Amino acid sequence: MTSEKFMIDEYELVVGLEVHVELATATKLFSASANRFGDDPNTHIDPVTLGLPGALPVLNRQAVELAMRIGLALNCTVQPCTFHRKNYFYPDMPKAYQISQYDQPLNIDGWLELPGGKRIGVERAHLEEDTGKSTHIGGTGGRIHGSDYSLIDFNRAGVPLVEIVGRPDISSPDEARQYVTELRQILVAVGASDAKMEEGSMRCDANVSVRKPGAPLGTRCEIKNVNSVRSLGRAIEYEARRQIALIESGERVRQETRHWDENDGRTHTLRTKEDADDYRYFLEPDLVPLAPESAWIERVRAALPMLPRERRARLSAATGAPADGEAIMVVVERGQDDYVLAVATHGADVARALVHVKEAYAEQGASPVVPAADLAGMIVLETSGKLTSTQAKQVLADIVANGGGDAAKIAADKGFEAMDTSALESMVDEVIATQADAWAKYCAGEEKAMGALVGAIMKASKGKADGKAVTALLQSKRNS
Amino acid sequence: MSQSSREPAGESRISKDAVAKVARLARLDVTTSEIDRLTTQLAGMLEHFADIDALDLASVEPMTQPYPLVNVMREDVVVAGLDRDEVLAAAPAAEDGRFRVPPIIGLEG
Amino acid sequence: MTASSNSTAASIAADVRAGRRKAVDVVEEYLANIARRESDIHAFNLVTADQARAMAAAVDADVAAGRDPGPLAGVPIALKDNMCTRGVPTTCSSRILEGWKPPYDATVVTRLAAAGAVFVGKTNLDEFAMGSSTENSAFGVTYNPHDTTRVAGGSSGGSAAAVAAEFAAASLGSDTGGSIRQPAALCGVVGVKPTYGTVSRYGLVAFASSLDQIGPFTTDVRDSALLLEVMSGHDPLDSTSIPQPPLSLQSSLEQDVKGLRIGRITDLPGGSDPEVEARLVEAFDALAAAGATIVDVELPSMKYGLTAYYLIAPAEASSNLARYDGVRYGMRVDASDTNAMYGATRAAGFGDEVKRRIMLGTYALSAGYYDAYYGKALKVRRLISDDFARAYQKADVLLTPTSPIVAFPVGAKVDDPLSMYLCDVFTIPTNLAGHPAMSVPFGAGADDLPVGVQVLAPTLGEATMFRVAAQLERSAPGGAR
Repeated sequence: MTSEKFMIDEYELVVGLEVHVELATATKLFSASANRFGDDPNTHIDPVTLGLPGALPVLNRQAVELAMRIGLALNCTVQPCTFHRKNYFYPDMPKAYQISQYDQPLNIDGWLELPGGKRIGVERAHLEEDTGKSTHIGGTGGRIHGSDYSLIDFNRAGVPLVEIVGRPDISSPDEARQYVTELRQILVAVGASDAKMEEGSMRCDANVSVRKPGAPLGTRCEIKNVNSVRSLGRAIEYEARRQIALIESGERVRQETRHWDENDGRTHTLRTKEDADDYRYFLEPDLVPLAPESAWIERVRAALPMLPRERRARLSAATGAPADGEAIMVVVERGQDDYVLAVATHGADVARALVHVKEAYAEQGASPVVPAADLAGMIVLETSGKLTSTQAKQVLADIVANGGGDAAKIAADKGFEAMDTSALESMVDEVIATQADAWAKYCAGEEKAMGALVGAIMKASKGKADGKAVTALLQSKRNS
Repeated sequence: MSQSSREPAGESRISKDAVAKVARLARLDVTTSEIDRLTTQLAGMLEHFADIDALDLASVEPMTQPYPLVNVMREDVVVAGLDRDEVLAAAPAAEDGRFRVPPIIGLEG
Repeated sequence: MTASSNSTAASIAADVRAGRRKAVDVVEEYLANIARRESDIHAFNLVTADQARAMAAAVDADVAAGRDPGPLAGVPIALKDNMCTRGVPTTCSSRILEGWKPPYDATVVTRLAAAGAVFVGKTNLDEFAMGSSTENSAFGVTYNPHDTTRVAGGSSGGSAAAVAAEFAAASLGSDTGGSIRQPAALCGVVGVKPTYGTVSRYGLVAFASSLDQIGPFTTDVRDSALLLEVMSGHDPLDSTSIPQPPLSLQSSLEQDVKGLRIGRITDLPGGSDPEVEARLVEAFDALAAAGATIVDVELPSMKYGLTAYYLIAPAEASSNLARYDGVRYGMRVDASDTNAMYGATRAAGFGDEVKRRIMLGTYALSAGYYDAYYGKALKVRRLISDDFARAYQKADVLLTPTSPIVAFPVGAKVDDPLSMYLCDVFTIPTNLAGHPAMSVPFGAGADDLPVGVQVLAPTLGEATMFRVAAQLERSAPGGAR
């Protein structure tokens, strides 16, 4: 982690992220139609979803539960709250208003800690309903521009969303990527969402501005249509450079919403804020205030699982590896940290377990099929010198491929017989006898002579001798 | 609310420009003569409604609910919804199981 | 107008349940009344004769099989055309919903049908319930059965006229600022707006969400009690529905008013017809003679009720009516892009009064004006509610005229919206406070036109309200029914 501030051409970046998350409920936020992705269009509809005359919303308790889990996992305060109508016209908005939360949201004033320790403020995390989906027919690439008409599917309309508004504490594209990656893990860990950017169950917009250190905040632009973590970093970098170029050439940055194009790697004007609709927010008269009882809030808090940051800390304490180092970051993100600790309970070295899981378990997922005891067995052979590190990797490859296995048996089948110490010692003695010249030189202090001795021993043992053990034996015999 | 508060101008309570802007916000096409007529009518109404300007409301809490309910929620259980065919039969235009609309331009989404 | 002796909902239901009358015979009587006079009155957007006959036949089949069809067995009921009836056009008297058939029923419709009611048709209203005369309907005016050169009141003019003309034994209306009570007074029938939250709004096409309530029109007070008992009670589909069982009201009708305190509002806005004021005085006298005590109360903020209402209701309406955009249902005017389609559709589909209120409401909510208009109106609402709370410490119910004037000639107020709005000066404050109120016919005014007296009660005070209403009905000039 660098402690120096990230700069581009002497400008600082000021980035705030807004993340929308689809909640993993069975039904929609305000009606009992199914919350499901990928089904035939308009098969999860009801009067509320379609904004039919006479329809009325009723709040989904489970959506509130999941929204509180998110808020508490982000260290927010959960408070009594209300719902407002955000009025604007768009064909995928069935009521021509979205029910959201305005000045009294459910969760406020939290933070997310990046793996390196920096805290990014979370201003609020509130509930709101999702819109339907439009498909544009006739233009190029499915874009609105040049399309002949559009088709609307309301399956997604009314799906519960939590909007997480981060404070503009992010200073670099890398920090932005870390924020989103960490947030995603938290959302999955608490069971609130599957948070897949590629599927749209997590959507990220970035507010980006630049400034010289000490200067007032610059004009910010909102970047939309970022569909992956990698794109997020690229988009932020591009946008920052675009703004810097404008400023450097004497022009001013216009406050606007811009669209990230993954294909050409640039942001493009979508609309200027000056043209923006007046949303005419007012309290939703069809709903009543929401004030979760403290008993409910405490139940949610107590039931929160161990979050990624704690998991990394725990694994770091056990293995000595750095919490924000690659091995622990990767293993915790995969959800394999419990597994690593389990391997250690079978008597294997936990630091080795971490390394092996990181390197060999990329495809294994959060519940590795390989029994922890089997991996432990292999590691014990490795650390006791019965397997070289090369041999250990090969045995492990077998174990992973077969979903388990007895390391000793696999080693024997591969001919990686464990060379016991007395066999090794007699082999060393034989070589000392036959390589008398080299031995004499070695004993006289010529370290280079060891090479010939080790080579001969390896040849005699057909590669089964462990290099380290051989070296140790030669040294001890010389010294005695 | 964080929206700024402006007292309406003295002479006419609402201008033709404001009426035109409101018509755009409300997606109501209006002719120039309609704007004229609406401006007169709305200005007259707003003049009448200025009677509440005399009240001292600084320490009065807004009333947003006629009956004080809180925490009305439902369980997260799927209930069968509407039949797509019946719904699309009532739609002005439909194609491929979806609602069809003209190109979506000039709108913020 | 002749009143048939068995034309109350209660008597019809009792007779049908007991097998003394057939529901199909009852419905034919009412359908014949419709055939005779509907062309003069125009109470209906749609008469559902076939459905009515089918429902009546089903009720008779139940009775024949020994199954109880319910407390409204065979009662012909008309529904205001802003309540969703599955498969039956629900237009809100607007071109923008002309021909639209809802795919679902309003909760009240389901409850009435389950109680054995028979639906004879969907009644005319001011478009989207915005108006006080039913002259704002896109499908023509409804005329007052007492004098067809005059209005039936609004916005539920069709439902009021239907009961007054004996096209139905009872009907449903909706009341946002007086839209049940005022037409009830003008047509000489009973009309009730219950406590906000007692009758489900699910399936009622929304006008102003924090003010709308559904209620009955009937020929007598007992029938309104009966209907409310069937319609009211918690509905999980309406978040603003009070979590209570259905109202129980019929037992209060037999109680006398001895010892009840009837509030007279000393600072009530003036300007009512002298005959209307005279009827109110007689109403107070009648209650006093029956043992009630008259007390003076003040509602200093009541005079700001019109302003608060005409900022709050249009604001909520501007949002509730935004969904009529030509995308999913209703009228669409084609255009080259969606934005243009919105503007053209809504311009063609909405009438002038609706457009006016949408504009007013949009303005009252818009950036920079929220605090001056909508925000202030919500505070005035609080003042009015507080005034009522103080008054109800001294009084059990309040009494006012329902409407300051009797039925006015068709066309008399169409060019003067403000004058039209003044029709609701006595009814609006109740909606703002969420309280119940009802209009009881009490004699006549100029030109022998009906006058209604309004009984107001505090939240969930329906039992006391009906108690007083029953006494007024017994004491009404011209004799009790």
